[in-house]
Amino acid sequence: MQKTMKKMLDFIGIKSIEELFEDIPKEIRRGLNLPEPKEEMEVEEEIKKILEKNKSFFEVLSFLPIIKPHYIPPAVEEIVSREEFYTSYTPYQPEASQGLLQALFEYQSVVCELTGMDAANISMYDAATALGEACLMAERIKGRKKVIIPSNIFWHKKSVLKNYVKGAGIEIIEKKYNEEGLVEIDGGQADAIYIENPNFFGIIDDRYKEILEMKEKNDALLIVGVDPLYLAIFNPPSFYGADIVIGNGYLGNHMNFGGPMLGIFACRKEFVRQMPGKIIGANDEEKLCFSMTLQTREQHIRRGKATSNICSNEALLCISFLAYVSILGRDGLRKIAIKNMENAQYMAKKLEKIGFKLPFKRKFFNEFVSICPMNAKIFNSKLLEKGIESGLIIDEYVRNGILFGVTEMHSKNLIDECIEKMKEVIENDGKI
Amino acid sequence: MARYDEKLLIEIEEREEEKIEGIERKELNIPNLAEREVIRHFIHLSQMNYGVDTGFYPLGSCTMKYNPRILEKIARNEKINYVHPLQSEKNIQGCLEIIYKLEKMLCEITGMDAFTLQPCAGAHGELTGLLIARAYFEKKGERRKEVIVPDSAHGTNPASAKMAGFDVIEIPSKQGMVDMEALRSVLSDDTAVFMLTNPNTLGIFEKNIVEIAREVKKKGALLYYDGANLNAIMGITNPAIMGFDIVHLNLHKTFATPHGGGGPGSGPVGVKSFLERFLPVPRVREKNGKYFFDYEMPDSIGKVSYFYGNFSVLLKAYAYITMKGKKLEEVSKKAVLNSNYLMEKLRKAGVEVPFYGRRMHEFVVSTKNLNIRAMDVAKRLLDYGFHPPTVYFPLIVEEAMMIEPTEDATKETLDNFSNAIEKIIKEPSEILKNAPQNMPVKRVDEAKIAKKMILSWKDLKKS
Repeated sequence: MQKTMKKMLDFIGIKSIEELFEDIPKEIRRGLNLPEPKEEMEVEEEIKKILEKNKSFFEVLSFLPIIKPHYIPPAVEEIVSREEFYTSYTPYQPEASQGLLQALFEYQSVVCELTGMDAANISMYDAATALGEACLMAERIKGRKKVIIPSNIFWHKKSVLKNYVKGAGIEIIEKKYNEEGLVEIDGGQADAIYIENPNFFGIIDDRYKEILEMKEKNDALLIVGVDPLYLAIFNPPSFYGADIVIGNGYLGNHMNFGGPMLGIFACRKEFVRQMPGKIIGANDEEKLCFSMTLQTREQHIRRGKATSNICSNEALLCISFLAYVSILGRDGLRKIAIKNMENAQYMAKKLEKIGFKLPFKRKFFNEFVSICPMNAKIFNSKLLEKGIESGLIIDEYVRNGILFGVTEMHSKNLIDECIEKMKEVIENDGKI
Repeated sequence: MARYDEKLLIEIEEREEEKIEGIERKELNIPNLAEREVIRHFIHLSQMNYGVDTGFYPLGSCTMKYNPRILEKIARNEKINYVHPLQSEKNIQGCLEIIYKLEKMLCEITGMDAFTLQPCAGAHGELTGLLIARAYFEKKGERRKEVIVPDSAHGTNPASAKMAGFDVIEIPSKQGMVDMEALRSVLSDDTAVFMLTNPNTLGIFEKNIVEIAREVKKKGALLYYDGANLNAIMGITNPAIMGFDIVHLNLHKTFATPHGGGGPGSGPVGVKSFLERFLPVPRVREKNGKYFFDYEMPDSIGKVSYFYGNFSVLLKAYAYITMKGKKLEEVSKKAVLNSNYLMEKLRKAGVEVPFYGRRMHEFVVSTKNLNIRAMDVAKRLLDYGFHPPTVYFPLIVEEAMMIEPTEDATKETLDNFSNAIEKIIKEPSEILKNAPQNMPVKRVDEAKIAKKMILSWKDLKKS
């Protein structure tokens, strides 16, 4: 036995560590059937070998939507790799966490700027759980147990939403979309109407006046799902009456096979006490300082009556989001947004030249639906053989429709190369 | 810790604006800064923040253990960072293999039969577990409405139960443990789930666990294990053999993935085989060395998060468990030794340990008998260079300080911490009330912040 351990045992007044476990009945003792420990180097090699079996964007070009590859400046990774940030925990002791608190306050501020809302929390797990929380919040405010959503939202999101509102007994009503790919917005007596901008088909919903009028007529809260990059160049949801804004805060964060993600959550100030999650506040008397605030909404104080059960969140991803936005600045963000939109339009046009058709005539941002001139499943699998991941097939919405996602990383050269291969597939296998 | 009067990003001098034409949105108050200025800003902020790498961080219930650097290195890999969750299965075999194998590891550690890695945090795991319980009873045609939790439970337990649509019944503790009489008196045919942390939030092992499980099962209810305190029992016992049906783990606690200033975490949920059919989709399966997603689960509760969980966190936990292997048992033993040693030190220094006896990986003291506020001790500890323990939790102890040293603390650290507390409790109340003095700011008036409601830099400009 090590000397130090012996000293510690002596101090406690016992002979072996085993004595510390004497409260655990013998009949429920159980050891571990795990392999022998491994050296760091071995572990690194083993995992590298497993991950070799993945194909990254740089090996297999992809046009998959929802989350997409983006260039992240090295400075962002440097900032988020500061151990003072990532090895800390929820800033329960504000005096020892002013740095993190200020950064999170700035994150909230940036989210408020982008969305036009007055308050933001320091994250939900992802946009799907954020939508769930937003609907629960709307129900707390309106008490009608009914939310209206477009029928065209990603089915993963719909499934998460159903799980979130099940306990509260909220009915979800799906609105059909029209030939333009947009839903007619008419709420009736609901807690909330949810729309996405851009929507699941990538379409930009600029019916600002209609949305506002509808909102005033209906008295339901308006929840808007957004793309933060889109907001750099298009009007914020506050412009057309949003009460709660949610979104996927992918800026500065890698895809990482879909997680962790960052759920943006912001709202108008009058509803802030009904918000889920952690919020940072400031005091500007004398020296500016920060702490978590309005904690009486939260589970560690309010327990069963809390606005949400969320405790651990995605705070570190808020830091990378903020770092990304700060490094790019207003101009940089706008330029990237424009680039995304241009590349997507370019791709769509090129696809039309090889026989694809756009089913919707509306403006789109960096995602769009195009109808494959052949069976979309066969097209995708043949294209995969040529080393390209196509977009997401959304047959259930548009027959042979493929939802493509394009970013600044899909340069015109890459798109051209890819279109060539797509053309080959259509020419060779299009008759199947 | 450094002290800067660090400006807000919007107060830093901007670089020149470029002309960008033809966009719909006119106003966007996000500054254009030089990269150099941004880097300095964040370096300054980081230097005003206390992390596990800064020093001892004995935050009870949070298991602030050291985060090995290798985990970070492994997760910084294009083969994850630039992998899309909807890629075809043949191009994501590596990710699927990690998920598949990590599930198996967690099954071995907990004794459960199947795991989902989809929940993104502990509380998210609780919600998932309770939705599974709900689906199980619905399938049986039973409408059980109640979830029982002890009054010492984490706040997330009742909050999650409420979110899953259950009524919450809190039972009082007896001698810091589940009161069997109280439990029996509320168990009924309406009971869906009894949620328990073992060891509990006082750090006490619920030694009646076998009897508790028997009573719960007699009523046809399920027993839920809140895995926040798993760091105490790995390789000693496990939730399955204790009689639990559903378990959530906190990978960011037990398996050394960083806490990230509040997240990302990860809250996998394990179940006994009779509940497996209700787990979220998709499940990862293996056939002839090929891994694939299985969505054919008609009884599944569906999805609880966008894709497959916090993958990069899962990967780090996989690496940690692979490194430790069967020696995870020693992690728990060392954690428990450190905790008992520090408790004895503090007790000898005159600090009261309510319900004194053996503790597992953490313990709770009270400063009530010393006529000192736990919060004052916490703030003064900052001046001594330590992060304070969790204060005012669990709610059943007045002036509580919940201390979890983890296996990583050396004896020297524990001695220094104990010496600091010994000094602090003898210091004049003036000093305690005015602590901290050595931090970037004086004691923060949280009540005032709640009243002022300055929640973004827009509000600051107004006030």
